[in-house]
Amino acid sequence: MSENNNIIKLENITKTYVMGENKLDALKGISYTIKRGAMIAIMGPSGSGKSTLMNVIGCLDKPTSGTYYLENELVSKLDKNRLAGIRNKRIGFVFQNFNLLARTSALENVELPLVYSNVSAKETRERAQKALQQVGLKGREDHKTNQLSGGEKQRVAIARALVNHPSLILADEPTGNLDTKTGIDIMEVFKSLHEKSGITVVLVTHDPEVTVYAEKVIHLRDGLIENEKRRET
Amino acid sequence: MKILRTIKVALKALGRNKMRTFLTALGIIIGVGAVIAMVSIGQGAKEEVEARFSEMGTNLLFVRPGSRQFRGRHGGGGSYDTLTEEDAKALVENSDLIQYVSPNVNTRTQVIYANKNWNTSIYGVGHHYPLIRNWEIDEGVFFSESQVRSGQKVCVLGSEVNNNLFEGMYSIGQVIRIKKIPFRVIGTMKSKGASGWFSQDDVIFIPYTTAQTRLVGIDHVQSIDVSAVNGKVTAEAQEHIEEILRIRHKIAPGAEDDFNVRDMADIQEGASEATQVLTILLGGIASISLLVGGIGIMNIMLVSVTERIREIGVRMSVGARERDILLQFLIEAIVLSLMGGLLGIVLGVGSSRLISQFAGMETSVSMGSILLAFLFAGSVGIFFGFYPARKASKLDPIDALRYE
Ligand SMILES: Nc1ncnc2c1ncn2[C@@H]1O[C@H](COP(=O)(O)OP(=O)(O)OP(=O)(O)O)[C@@H](O)[C@H]1O
Ligand SMILES: [Mg+2]
Repeated sequence: MSENNNIIKLENITKTYVMGENKLDALKGISYTIKRGAMIAIMGPSGSGKSTLMNVIGCLDKPTSGTYYLENELVSKLDKNRLAGIRNKRIGFVFQNFNLLARTSALENVELPLVYSNVSAKETRERAQKALQQVGLKGREDHKTNQLSGGEKQRVAIARALVNHPSLILADEPTGNLDTKTGIDIMEVFKSLHEKSGITVVLVTHDPEVTVYAEKVIHLRDGLIENEKRRET
Repeated sequence: MKILRTIKVALKALGRNKMRTFLTALGIIIGVGAVIAMVSIGQGAKEEVEARFSEMGTNLLFVRPGSRQFRGRHGGGGSYDTLTEEDAKALVENSDLIQYVSPNVNTRTQVIYANKNWNTSIYGVGHHYPLIRNWEIDEGVFFSESQVRSGQKVCVLGSEVNNNLFEGMYSIGQVIRIKKIPFRVIGTMKSKGASGWFSQDDVIFIPYTTAQTRLVGIDHVQSIDVSAVNGKVTAEAQEHIEEILRIRHKIAPGAEDDFNVRDMADIQEGASEATQVLTILLGGIASISLLVGGIGIMNIMLVSVTERIREIGVRMSVGARERDILLQFLIEAIVLSLMGGLLGIVLGVGSSRLISQFAGMETSVSMGSILLAFLFAGSVGIFFGFYPARKASKLDPIDALRYE
């Protein structure tokens, strides 16, 4: 564990979608290492494989070939159930379209990862309340999903992502469905999380404004990393 | 995920669509209700039959011709001519455990009074018959020993026959025709009560001697009713009967009897068996509706899985494992069917009350049938919920999240 502080290590990751006769190489050999505590942005044209890469990193999907070490553990070969456990404990995922449970309160949405953990009902509630407070939604606990604004929905989603104290937060176009102002608010939430708890954040975006929050920007094109820019501070 | 939490999640999901939940459960409600109501009818019939038999007394024994092998089977007894009235007399004379005997010669025929016609059972019996059966005379008298000995054409009417032929008129002293032969009515019996299934009052008693010579044309008797001096010595009295008859019929040791003796319990067993079959039959038919209810659950659960693919995807993305999802949907199906089961029990108990009140049928709801129906409902939930639940659990998280 202590030999390095890489949180993510990708080696020659490929992903090929097979649809009948046709094959589509969405990722064509990605090798990349992300240090613990980094804040990274991934950019690239539509269809370049950003979401595919995020899903692999987030253990939602398995690569076709290549190896993926998460916190120095080889996860690219794990079975479905082990991956579910990793998603539950070590990764928080934030989606462009929020992916909250409909007709369910903000609090219950945030509790969801803990429901699949070994956490008592009492602690679940307390931690969910605290997470909501962290994203600035104190007092909105009992609002149902459809009673929240877009920005509030995304805050609930972020609270859900961090409630189980993951080491990694992944966000696939978290501001994509929000107006610029709300998008900046959301980015501020990520930033303060990153600064306060040193959590690793990887996010995908189309918006150059968003990349100012990242320490590094990776450009993806046609399933390959094009170049890597280190932002001057 | 803990079971209790899963149940809470399931209840919440069901609560979101109350109308549909109710309609889905309706199949189970009706199924369980039908099973309980139907079984209560069968059970009621059984209890009534048993009550009737125990009313008749525990000291009764019945001697019929034919070997023991034919016990309880139709066509076995009665078709032999090995029993005689002398056998009957010998029983009282040779055993101090035997109180009364009545040789029986029964038939079924048409009886006529004035312009009225009635088809009924004719029981040719001995003069002690009312004492053996514990059956009281309503009006007039039962025939005497001398009337039996001389084979007189006198009769005693069961209350139903009396009502049907005389419609409230005073019947004693009147003459009715049984198989065109005139019989004088000398008495009527008190009602033993009729049930939905058979009436004991639809009967005419005549001396067995008269039945032998005038109606049936035989000189043996079809059976002998025996009463032991009390209910405690019935088994011993049965042994006496067997001993006496074996000697009289010259049956070598080890050879098979040409008669058989049964007590009330034996006969009750046969009758209970018949009503048991009825219960199983009714319950079986009702179970089909429970099965149909189960298919309804499967159908709705499949729809529900499809509708909630995104929810499943979200749950998986935050760490729900296959078995968490499986359990969630399975428990939803089970909760659905158990709720249906509970309401079905209410419906079943209610309708069985109504049936006994308005259809006049005896019904009896047993704890056993309630438990059985409830367990059955639960298994229906598991069985029909499993396939949709498994389908949900096998979804791929990415596909599920992308589903629109
Ligand atoms: N499930 C799938 N089956 C088949 N092809 C897929 C699937 N998912 C993605 N693809 C293809 O893989 C390629 C990369 O898709 P991906 O979603 O990763 O792009 P993206 O960079 O996230 O684009 P966008 O910016 O529009 O979100 C695309 O050409 C897409 O059509
Ligand atoms: Mg994408």
